[in-house]
Amino acid sequence: MTANGSVGSSPNRVGGRDRVTGAQQYVADIHLVDELQAKLVKIDEGRARIISIDTTKAEQVPGVQLILTPKDLPHPMPRFGPQYEDRPILADGEVKYHGEPIAAVAADTKEAAEEAVALVEVEYEVLPGVFSIDAALDPDADLVQHPSLRPNEPFAHSNIKTEFNFGWGDIGAIEGEADYVIERKYEFPMVTHFAIEPHAFMVAPEGDELKVWSTIQHPFQLQKTLAKLLDLPLSKLRIFAPDPGGGFGGKQHPKLEPLVAYMAMKTGRPVRLIMSLEETFQAVRRSSTRVRVRLGLTNDGDMVFNDTETDYLIGAYVDIADRVASKASYVAAGPYRVPVVKIAGRTILSNTTPTTAFRGFGVPQITWARECTLDEAALGLGIDRLEIRRRNLPEKGVEFIPGDTPADGDWRQTVDKAAELIGWDAPLSEGRGRGIALGLKSGPTTGLSYSTVRLLADGSALVFCGTSDMGQGARTVLSQIVAQEMGIPIERISVIMGDTAIVPYDQQTSASRSTVLMGTSVYRACKDIHGKVRAMASRIHGMDEADIDVDGGTVRFTGEELPIVEVVQEGLGSLGGEVIGNGEMRKDKEPDHPLAGSAAFFEFNCTAIEAEVDDETGEIQIIKHVTVGDVGTALNPQQVHGQDEGAAIMGLGHTLMEVMIHDEMGRIRNMGAIDYRIPTSKDLPAELVSDSIENSDGPGPYGAKGVSEGSLLCTAPAVGAAVREATGLTIRDLPLTPQRVWEAMREQT
Amino acid sequence: MSEVIHIEANINGRDRAFEVAANHTLLDVLRDQLGLTGTKECCVVGECGACTVVVDGMPMNSCLMLAVEIDGRDVISVEGLATDGRLSTLQQAFLDVSAPQCGFCIPGQLMSAHAFLQRNLDPSIEDVHEALGGNLCRCAGYLQITEAVMLAAKAGRE
Repeated sequence: MTANGSVGSSPNRVGGRDRVTGAQQYVADIHLVDELQAKLVKIDEGRARIISIDTTKAEQVPGVQLILTPKDLPHPMPRFGPQYEDRPILADGEVKYHGEPIAAVAADTKEAAEEAVALVEVEYEVLPGVFSIDAALDPDADLVQHPSLRPNEPFAHSNIKTEFNFGWGDIGAIEGEADYVIERKYEFPMVTHFAIEPHAFMVAPEGDELKVWSTIQHPFQLQKTLAKLLDLPLSKLRIFAPDPGGGFGGKQHPKLEPLVAYMAMKTGRPVRLIMSLEETFQAVRRSSTRVRVRLGLTNDGDMVFNDTETDYLIGAYVDIADRVASKASYVAAGPYRVPVVKIAGRTILSNTTPTTAFRGFGVPQITWARECTLDEAALGLGIDRLEIRRRNLPEKGVEFIPGDTPADGDWRQTVDKAAELIGWDAPLSEGRGRGIALGLKSGPTTGLSYSTVRLLADGSALVFCGTSDMGQGARTVLSQIVAQEMGIPIERISVIMGDTAIVPYDQQTSASRSTVLMGTSVYRACKDIHGKVRAMASRIHGMDEADIDVDGGTVRFTGEELPIVEVVQEGLGSLGGEVIGNGEMRKDKEPDHPLAGSAAFFEFNCTAIEAEVDDETGEIQIIKHVTVGDVGTALNPQQVHGQDEGAAIMGLGHTLMEVMIHDEMGRIRNMGAIDYRIPTSKDLPAELVSDSIENSDGPGPYGAKGVSEGSLLCTAPAVGAAVREATGLTIRDLPLTPQRVWEAMREQT
Repeated sequence: MSEVIHIEANINGRDRAFEVAANHTLLDVLRDQLGLTGTKECCVVGECGACTVVVDGMPMNSCLMLAVEIDGRDVISVEGLATDGRLSTLQQAFLDVSAPQCGFCIPGQLMSAHAFLQRNLDPSIEDVHEALGGNLCRCAGYLQITEAVMLAAKAGRE
């Protein structure tokens, strides 16, 4: 029996109706009685020493209730962060990046808060900052972080935060076996998340509890962070996390919630801070990188070694940037069988916006360098660019990264599908070129997801889980699993998320994990219900449990098949009630693994591009954009397409137009929607084809893998390759703006 | 304090009379005064389209209009699209093709599309891209949104 909305179909998005009527409530849509409006005090400098903060005039503004400055906070300044506790609540004596909050105002109205912000007098001395990799590594450079913040760290007296070394084999011993060695450097600029919903936070003190509303992706991490900072039990911190209006990693970790919490506690009133889009540029960005790739190959195109160095320019505080850089560097050699690999990665502190997780988690930067270098090698060797990739792909089941999860898909199918869809061997029109590139990202390496499913007496169900549905459609997919396993239509299922006092613990919503990890948890909660239904059926029908089979919404025993709901209703009897199932999915740390955990699955994507370059303007027109992902099983094909297309266009954004521009004083000069361009409907490829390979070979329920990042991993190198074929130009920095391409064309002639 | 001005306007089919501060935008008034939070705030400089509403049939960035400017005019926000709880053809099309992901840009997309379809029920895909070119979406690749508008146009022709 297949219920409406079961696995493999594409029912209407759960929560979709509220999204088209305007009823969906995001954090900024929620108002609290007696709330205060908060605004941040900042200065327009990249780095400065704060001499004094005078709030006298600002305090006179009618309606101002609080101007919080560092002197109102505990000493030493409380700090927090997901990896290192280095981020202060407010700038601690020094503004370390453009826009770092110095103080904050809470007032009865937005206008009063804004007026007061303008009247806070900050006396400061501008300091020289480091805003680039080279400046940060200069031996004479000022230190971004004081060594006392980094006790016992080997690089504490430099701007290098951390070094990572991965790999296998001995380059020296094998180097001679390479017929052809190529070494190239590629750069990837700073870009920002630009979720259409800017970050928003509210905190309300209520009795001995703090209630917190945040656009956060990881409510339970926020709960832990605040509990530690404020010395409160977890049970007294209730985090509401309404579905975020786009996250992309930028909303994973706590940002200004601790500040707002202090303001709420000081005033005793709810405090609301809604960031502007401009302020989000000063809150989150992707690490810019410089990647040096040295590849050794045989004349036939077999890879002999890969020697990669990655430098990630991170911000003034680490946030999750070390993890981004190490996790991505670890897979720098990509989805290839390479006998010897040597990877050296570094994170480098700078006086810029703290970098954080951003869709692809550091992999797009490295992939841009590796795939472009591989293309340059293919050209040098006279080998077809598709062929050189195919011949180095590991077969399914091959451990291509020693000690990690073996290749978990038949990746050649993906590559061949993309090649077929782009028409790799078809003749090209004049002025056009094609490119093909492969992307590989480790899925989650650890995880812990609990869930509860309550099958109610009327055959409807409630699902409780801590995943955040930020657009990926988790509510829908999790409902589909319950529809499938309980045999009830999806319309009768509700998913409750975003309240830490109600839903059980979930580690986080990231790394395309929710279908696989929370999906498994929910599937197991359904199986828990199946066990209870089996016991009910056994009691009612006087049969051995061993002779009763419960599967996919149906109870089967000798000669009979009954819907679960029917058995449950009979079993519950006249008092009614419900059957409760609990699920848990745990992927523990592996202490000996370089990343403390092997990949739950790999996201594997092949992107192929056909492009045309305008000789006169340098503008790139994408004629056809093909993306094929190995998705295991598409539990909801429509949503898989939605994720894949969305990531592909986001990939075109960082490939063609997006870059954060700083002036020589480290001030971001293109904050906001006017000067920072993201793709619009007028920037789309003439044709975008999104396809999937499904072999039901993923670790998730029904063989699913995660799918939300694959198609932006290798967009840039595929476009770069198409541009090279069209123009003969090799451009090693992004974005490929008309200006950059035009200048390169002029240089070429 | 800012001057307060009395205005009368038709909001989502209902004649209303109320006071607005002279310096408040239409977006401020819709969201904070009338409680119509379906209209979203993002860039506040007229570039992202999240705050799009329809004023006398024209799609407008409500962040760039002063509320006093709607005096005597008809305003439709996303809350005004459904009738008696029934989704409009356009809303249903958005839902059917899964056009909303996070959904934050969707009210603006819907309002631009709504105004556009009043003028053109037989658009090309390029026409739709042009009409919705001022509405940024960061989740989806615009394909499903475009498909939804084309579907609604087709339904409107039939």
